[in-house]
Amino acid sequence: MRALALILALGLPGVAGAQDSGSTMPADPQGGLLPPVAAPGQWPLFPDPGLPRSGQAPDPVEAPEQVVAGLSDSSVAITTSFDGSDILIYGAVRRETPIPEGSLDVIVTIEAPSQPLTVWQKSRRAGIWVNTDRVEIGAAPSFYAVATTGPLDQILSPDWDNRYRISLPLVMRGFEGAPEVEDSVPFTEALIRLRQQNGHYRLDEGAVTLVEDTLFRTDIRLPANLLEGDYRARIFLLREGQVIDAYSAAIEVRKVGLERWLYVLAFEQPLLYGLMSLAVAVVAGWGASAAFRKMRRA
Amino acid sequence: MQIFLPIAEVSVNAFTLIGLGGLVGVMSGLFGVGGGFLITPLLFFIGIPPAIAVATGANQVVASSVSGVLAHMRRKTVDFRMGGVLLAGGLVGSALGVLVFNLLQRVGQVELVVQLCYVVFLGLIGAMMLQESIRALRRARHATGRRRLHQHNWVHRLPLKMKFRASGLYISVIPPALVGVAVGVLAAIMGVGGGFIMVPAMIYLLGMPTKVVVGTSLFQITFVTAFTTLMHAVNYNTVDVMLAVLLIVGGVVGAQIGTTLGARLRAEQLRILLALLVLAVCFKLALDLFLTPDDLFSISTRVR
Repeated sequence: MRALALILALGLPGVAGAQDSGSTMPADPQGGLLPPVAAPGQWPLFPDPGLPRSGQAPDPVEAPEQVVAGLSDSSVAITTSFDGSDILIYGAVRRETPIPEGSLDVIVTIEAPSQPLTVWQKSRRAGIWVNTDRVEIGAAPSFYAVATTGPLDQILSPDWDNRYRISLPLVMRGFEGAPEVEDSVPFTEALIRLRQQNGHYRLDEGAVTLVEDTLFRTDIRLPANLLEGDYRARIFLLREGQVIDAYSAAIEVRKVGLERWLYVLAFEQPLLYGLMSLAVAVVAGWGASAAFRKMRRA
Repeated sequence: MQIFLPIAEVSVNAFTLIGLGGLVGVMSGLFGVGGGFLITPLLFFIGIPPAIAVATGANQVVASSVSGVLAHMRRKTVDFRMGGVLLAGGLVGSALGVLVFNLLQRVGQVELVVQLCYVVFLGLIGAMMLQESIRALRRARHATGRRRLHQHNWVHRLPLKMKFRASGLYISVIPPALVGVAVGVLAAIMGVGGGFIMVPAMIYLLGMPTKVVVGTSLFQITFVTAFTTLMHAVNYNTVDVMLAVLLIVGGVVGAQIGTTLGARLRAEQLRILLALLVLAVCFKLALDLFLTPDDLFSISTRVR
């Protein structure tokens, strides 16, 4: 696994000084290895189509405080022995002015690529439990984690949550297709509940540590049952429930080695793959039979 | 030791899978059943998506039945002619079953249909076998005179008769071909070899001697499950070879142990054991259908 520790910039005078002398990394966020912070209005903060976002992202020129951040890994390799991965997300707040009054909060999210799915509800028919009602969800992330510096409902106003779709229920909203049932809310709630139970949707309030209103860090554990794709980390800087700056970075999750080879073969040469699976089975069966006969004779 | 399955895209413990395969392998060698009826529900339980569990289960059954059929061929307890007729029916059934499986998956009722099939078939067959083998045990105890070789029933009045020398039978090919079709459909839908249907059908419906039943059913199962695996792999990309290898490693060893054990036990005892096992699995699945589930909701990701 390539562990790329990227430190982009630390704007606080004291910290920045230490950075300049000790690191070869560019101090300019625009020149860093990570994609530069995009201009407001065209942020690809959420990858999939949903309802059009209301409002504009804050203007970075006017924002007195900006977030600069890095990830411990910009890619995750799924090997045969893969059983999850920890991503360290860290960064700092850059500001030209003294620290303003009031509390500063940070929210970090990681989300997996979305996939279509169906939520089923069982009901009793003729004495047995049958899947009867369903809601098709056009696209929902297969993994979504939120880490914050405090209780989400206290640090994030519903208005801004709506705008960026940070909390879990809002991530789901806008993904629903035309439901076949009258009330689809229990279904989306069930989706969130089930995925929270198996650890694929997580809300870790207080998991982000913020030091001196300037430096922050958090660890987010990616589960073992990971789907391939381009994951996205988002970092929000908040004051009084309002998002004052945001940052996003990509995490590439890919199968490698044997995993990659088998996966590609299964989908591109299915007949060959099927024959190979059979050959493995036949050889194993015959081999065991022959081996046991020898053992019995000996 | 955790291992990431490339097609199922889940991470599972390798030793759990090997152990599971081993257990099922012993069944396979002992009773001449592929063990699929145990492995498929167990794979569901450890979180393998149903479509992948069924397709990979079929692949695992190939290995354990190859291992078993080779052992039986050396003991000359395979009726190849009967196996061929069963197989012809089985291939037709398997092709049909794979289509039905995909249809069921679209409407979201795979699990229900699979469970219902299990409950109905296992319940009927388990009860039948238990009753028959208890009667057989009693008869052996109070040895009552001479028994007929097999009962003559409607099966023996159908046309297209054929001689099956190894089984000592002269019957129509229609019943064995139909048994083959039924087993093929089950192989594709339930990821099972269908031995648990075929063994009783051969004994009670076709009147084959118990001695050749196990070997012949393994012979048919080997080819039908191989065909099923290929169909699933080509049409739906749902065979996970990594998962299959782990199950197979346990399974082939288990199958040999089972065959050795089987040679030492009496046929009647063996049948009672199998009947009880079949009824136990049936009871467990029936409970799941009738009791209120822990969670009324479930998620299924769409078929690729």
